[in-house]
Amino acid sequence: MSSLPMLFALSTVDTFVQTFFKAMALGSLYAMLALGFVLIFKATQTVNFAQGAIALTGTWFLSIIFIDWDVPGRWLPGPNYVHWVIALLLAMAATAVFGLIIERLAIRRMIGEPIFSMAVITLGLEVAIRVVASDAVSLTPRILGVPWGIQTFKIGEAVVSWSYISAIVATAIVFLITWRFLKTRTGVAMRATAFDQEAALAQGINVGRIFAIAWAAGAALAAMAGIFSSMSPWAAAGTASREGAFFAFRALPAVIVGGLDSVIGALVGGLLIGFMEIFAGQYLSGYVGVLGVGYQQVVPYVVMLIALLIKPYGLFGTEEVRRV
Amino acid sequence: MKGRPNLYTSYQDETQLFSTRTQKVAIVLFLVVLVLMPFDLPVIDKIPFVRFLGDNTWLRVVNRMLIFCISALGLNILSGVAGQVSLGHGFFMGVGAYTAVLMGGANTSSLWGWGLPMWLWLPAAGAVAAGVGILVAPAAVRVRGLYLAIVTLGLVFIGLHLSRVFTEIAGPGSLGRKWPKLQFRIWKEETPLIDFSDKGHWFWFDISRNQKTYLLLLGLTVLFALAAANIGRTRTGRALAAIRDRDVAAEIMGVPEAKYKTIAFAISSFYAGVAGALLASMVGQMPPEFWDLILSVEFVAILLIGGMGRVSGVLYGTFFVVMSHRLVEEVVKWASRQAEGEGIFAALWDGLISVENGDFGFITLSESALGYPLPASALDEVIYGLLIVVFMLFEPLGLYGIWIKIRNYWKGWPFSY
Repeated sequence: MSSLPMLFALSTVDTFVQTFFKAMALGSLYAMLALGFVLIFKATQTVNFAQGAIALTGTWFLSIIFIDWDVPGRWLPGPNYVHWVIALLLAMAATAVFGLIIERLAIRRMIGEPIFSMAVITLGLEVAIRVVASDAVSLTPRILGVPWGIQTFKIGEAVVSWSYISAIVATAIVFLITWRFLKTRTGVAMRATAFDQEAALAQGINVGRIFAIAWAAGAALAAMAGIFSSMSPWAAAGTASREGAFFAFRALPAVIVGGLDSVIGALVGGLLIGFMEIFAGQYLSGYVGVLGVGYQQVVPYVVMLIALLIKPYGLFGTEEVRRV
Repeated sequence: MKGRPNLYTSYQDETQLFSTRTQKVAIVLFLVVLVLMPFDLPVIDKIPFVRFLGDNTWLRVVNRMLIFCISALGLNILSGVAGQVSLGHGFFMGVGAYTAVLMGGANTSSLWGWGLPMWLWLPAAGAVAAGVGILVAPAAVRVRGLYLAIVTLGLVFIGLHLSRVFTEIAGPGSLGRKWPKLQFRIWKEETPLIDFSDKGHWFWFDISRNQKTYLLLLGLTVLFALAAANIGRTRTGRALAAIRDRDVAAEIMGVPEAKYKTIAFAISSFYAGVAGALLASMVGQMPPEFWDLILSVEFVAILLIGGMGRVSGVLYGTFFVVMSHRLVEEVVKWASRQAEGEGIFAALWDGLISVENGDFGFITLSESALGYPLPASALDEVIYGLLIVVFMLFEPLGLYGIWIKIRNYWKGWPFSY
């Protein structure tokens, strides 16, 4: 235990604050992605494995809209920040349309089919979309034009990136909107569909429309998460990159830990996994020799396996009632 | 009444693997053709497809196919027979491959290896993978459906990380290390008893290394296929099928669910481990990145395209999926020749394929091309992703289902059912 005092010596308050913001930001990204998974799962009873590929498509849309076409900027005067946010919303809308097309072509026909068939369809889509999108994105590095770029600010001695703050704020907004939405008429219809598709149909709920809404929202959320995770302090440093596609798979443990069908679970699970990963990365770095370089990226999966042994359906997930 | 199809006079008749005489004759003929396929023989060469597949370059693809077939048979027991979804099959293949290289590989200053012969490392690869399967089972057995899919997907990422950490076993970074060759030795003697990895002289004939490997793999595949078909007929197989159909009902009937799910995991991992060891040994050198999620998805695709739960479906699926990689390439090559030529459809093909830089078209043959014109290898992945979607949408039973439809059409003719 000789290394333990050394660890405490390293962990000043500043390091802690810095790590805390880093963890909050990563947790927010995971929560955002997890929310996309949960919304689609709630409505269609399936996990959308194509979420990562759709996220990649979203970053590609933003790069085209903002950098290549300069869309709000060519007509609007004013600050760059506003332009970028408008472009972000446009990219999310474009991705939502993309999600709608997928839903209409491949998912709508599968209402009432086995859950696994639908999940496999999304896996097939993942392969196809990712290859096309990553060929377009990562072989010719694209810039997202994030206005705050690599700028940071200081709390005491702790350096915090503006991208972290933006990700946290964006996630807070998204969760607020979702929370309000689930209380509306459509939101209740979505919950009814989640409970039992056939019963919902019998009650006059337009299940197809619910599917469409969930997929559009899920795709938009994926795009947003993909864009924020391609910002500077994260893997790809300001360029839209292939990382986004695999980043989504790292959010799956968050969904499992929180529970596949719980919005609160997505938030809690995302933050929990984010904190585990970043704090393990910061405070266990003395053991890299044993754990190997990049061990923190595996932490989510290990946490997931342990969590499953304790609570098989997640912290907030509905436990399946098994009847014969 | 004798000789009528579907008329069984005893239980034993009904549970036979090949129930009619036609089937028995057909399977023997098929096996004879398979064994003789790679050789230059007068009658066999006349059969369509055989000359083409027996060709030396295609034989490599066929060998790969046989290995994939063994692995897919394993996944079929887990997914098709027991109904458990797994996205971690590639992980178990990796476990098998690294067991093989640890036991059979060369020992150097930076790499571990015990240099043991193949008859030890091949079963060990399966056994260790099965052991890992049993270790994972407690987490996997508790969850079902998509939760299980995500758990097994997590295994792939953990495995990739481990193979990067233990460079003594996996070899340096993106290069990987050399796997033991497919050679049969009694112990560690210099000259192997049978060498499948080099050309030689067997009986009165010259035989190339691909032909030798083909014969070895064919033998193993037949063995594993028979075993897989027989597992479905045993007590275990029936228990697994009961769990697939309704797990709660199975448990009430006295099938211990957790135990049999663990058994299914173990058997499927055994197949995967053996296949992984064979694949790595045939290719010779592999980076850790090979055992990633895409490999696992490929096996799910094989099952879905072929038809789940049937050994013959697995065979169709493997044939289709492994061949599709080369076929797409060949088709693109053919199309680009058409585009340059003078034929009627030259303009159409020219529109699809970009032959040289700046040419219009969305597919290119040059692998170095960046960005928009997709290289043929990427096209292949796109097509196969879309194939999964199309099969799930229109023919959930896969190629096997298509075959059933054709068969029923002829059986019922001139009536529609």
